[in-house]
Amino acid sequence: MKKLISYIFMDMLKSRIIIAYALFLLMVSLVLFSLDDNPGKSLLSILNIAIIVVPLVSMIFSTIHYYNSYEFLELLLAQPMSRSAILWCEFAALCAALTLAILTGLGIPSLLYFPGTESLWMIVSISLLSLSCAAIALLISIRTRDKARGIGISLLVWFYFSLIFDGLILLILFSFSDYPLEKFTLALIALNPIDLSRVTIMLQLDISALMGYTGALLKSFFGTAYGLAATTFVLILWILVPFSLALKSFRKKDM
Amino acid sequence: MIFRLRFNNSSRIAPGSFFILLDLVFIQFPSIASVITVHPQKENNSIHRALEQSVNGDTIMLSPGIYREGNITIDKGICLMGVPGAILDGEMKYEILSISGQHVVVYGLEFRNSGRSGMNDIAAVRCIDASDIMISHNKILNAHFGIHVSNSRHVRIEQNLVEGIPAEEQNTGNGIHLWKSDTAFIWNNEILGHRDGIYFEFVTSSLIQDNISHDNIRYGLHFMFSHHNTYLCNEFRNNGAGVAVMYSNNVSMEQNLFLHNWGPSAYGLLLKDISDSRISNNSFINNTTGIHFEGTNRIQVFHNIFAGNGWAARVQASCSENIFTKNSFTANTFDVGTNGTMTLNLFKNNYWDKYEGYDIDKNGIGDIPYHPVSLYSMIVENDPNCMILLRSILISFLDKAEKAIPSITPENLSDSAPLMKAPAQ
Repeated sequence: MKKLISYIFMDMLKSRIIIAYALFLLMVSLVLFSLDDNPGKSLLSILNIAIIVVPLVSMIFSTIHYYNSYEFLELLLAQPMSRSAILWCEFAALCAALTLAILTGLGIPSLLYFPGTESLWMIVSISLLSLSCAAIALLISIRTRDKARGIGISLLVWFYFSLIFDGLILLILFSFSDYPLEKFTLALIALNPIDLSRVTIMLQLDISALMGYTGALLKSFFGTAYGLAATTFVLILWILVPFSLALKSFRKKDM
Repeated sequence: MIFRLRFNNSSRIAPGSFFILLDLVFIQFPSIASVITVHPQKENNSIHRALEQSVNGDTIMLSPGIYREGNITIDKGICLMGVPGAILDGEMKYEILSISGQHVVVYGLEFRNSGRSGMNDIAAVRCIDASDIMISHNKILNAHFGIHVSNSRHVRIEQNLVEGIPAEEQNTGNGIHLWKSDTAFIWNNEILGHRDGIYFEFVTSSLIQDNISHDNIRYGLHFMFSHHNTYLCNEFRNNGAGVAVMYSNNVSMEQNLFLHNWGPSAYGLLLKDISDSRISNNSFINNTTGIHFEGTNRIQVFHNIFAGNGWAARVQASCSENIFTKNSFTANTFDVGTNGTMTLNLFKNNYWDKYEGYDIDKNGIGDIPYHPVSLYSMIVENDPNCMILLRSILISFLDKAEKAIPSITPENLSDSAPLMKAPAQ
């Protein structure tokens, strides 16, 4: 299994997309850190970009990689290996490649320029977000036979999580603004991994404007060790649930 | 007479004129002034006794030691001075020093443990119906109210340290509290751990300068019904809210620093029903809201720095004819917030770091107007729950779209001639 993981991992690196992605993140963070004197502000700008780019790349890369290695997977299925082991290997290699890219692209510069819990927390939470996007992408591509269709759905899901979902939140908050929605908003946020990681990182950084009653409630929830543990747990759920669904489909799938 | 004159010109009085004042006290009674020294350990030797013996113009000198004499009342023109280490203890029961009358100096003493009461405002030092009073170089620790002045004129409070132990808001007194007084001068004090650092109610023609008011429960400085006052070069930091100016007019606020007044309902400066005032050359840094305007009229806001605030300025629709010029807005999450579409205030020649316009003729003034109110700030004003979407991609798209074609944000609220570079301060 270890051999298979390292083989798939090396295959991903060879395609150079992951390397280009890591270099892009590295370049962006270096530029942003050198632009602003205040590293806290730079971290915020990096967050702004990462929150768009990381989910997008993670989803598209995972989808495309699955389809491109489809024949290889078929070959593996002929070997004396369980289907779940094969998918585990594929996912583990994906996780390793994506995390490596984030660690080099975001981790090294932020820990260099702004060493602290804020940076650490951002890297952890962005990595978890990336993995959860990869798991979702895997689920989509296993369920969809056609490559173009699979990529389309992945894009749509990314679009949903980064834009449409927030629009829906806005709509709900406005339609029910007469009701006390503070706790409900917290629950809503947990339904979107992108929002979840954005809010938790932001509460570590740019809390000034997030005050007011909602902000205080948010901070009392997200800011404490308990809140951080809870959000990390929900983010991990966002990895495990799509992946176990993917695993289930992959076991039954008629290749 | 000279004394009077100097105080009437108190708005520009030279710092450290203690000795001038002291001289004047002596000059008034040159032939009879004497110094009475009090030792805490000696028999038949108490402040009360010294006060009985003293006449106008005398100085009572306290030697180091702890004095527990209950309430001490000064009603004649004397100078009560302490050698460092002279401590007056209120034993958590008494109002330590009560002053009425004229020409009283309280210098270099340490007051501690004043009484506490929910019924009376017990203070460490109280001036009532007094005039020409100077309270300087004292330390006031663990008092209910630090210095409480009522119905007095020409009171000079300088270089004191007033440090309270904060409890709940209703059980903590104010550091320096003035009621129905005028021509007071409060200079170079440090006030912390009280309800309001400095509190003015019905106080006129007074000056507050070079004070540091920090870590108070409610406001660093609080004005109620106090007209024609000036506060300048003060620092307000880490208070519940920096400064609240309410129901007053003709207040000048200059060169103050409002730093890190932070919290769910915190402000750097809260203006409520005030008019004809001036806010200039102040710095508002890292406050939840830099200035909150509510029911304000004809206020000139110029040459201020707003940096790193949640909202630099929140201007409610109830404000009119306020003028904002030559201010610098940098790194604020929201530059201006408002709750209505009608705009009766003027923004001109300010520097906005979020300005994306251009300056073709290179005259330093941007060629297209800047709209400081973003769509998202309007949304948040309507429903604070939407704060959760801060910095989401959707919000930046919506803000961009609204910038291109303004429909919801007040179109008139704009800076028609924004500066390309921050004005020199």
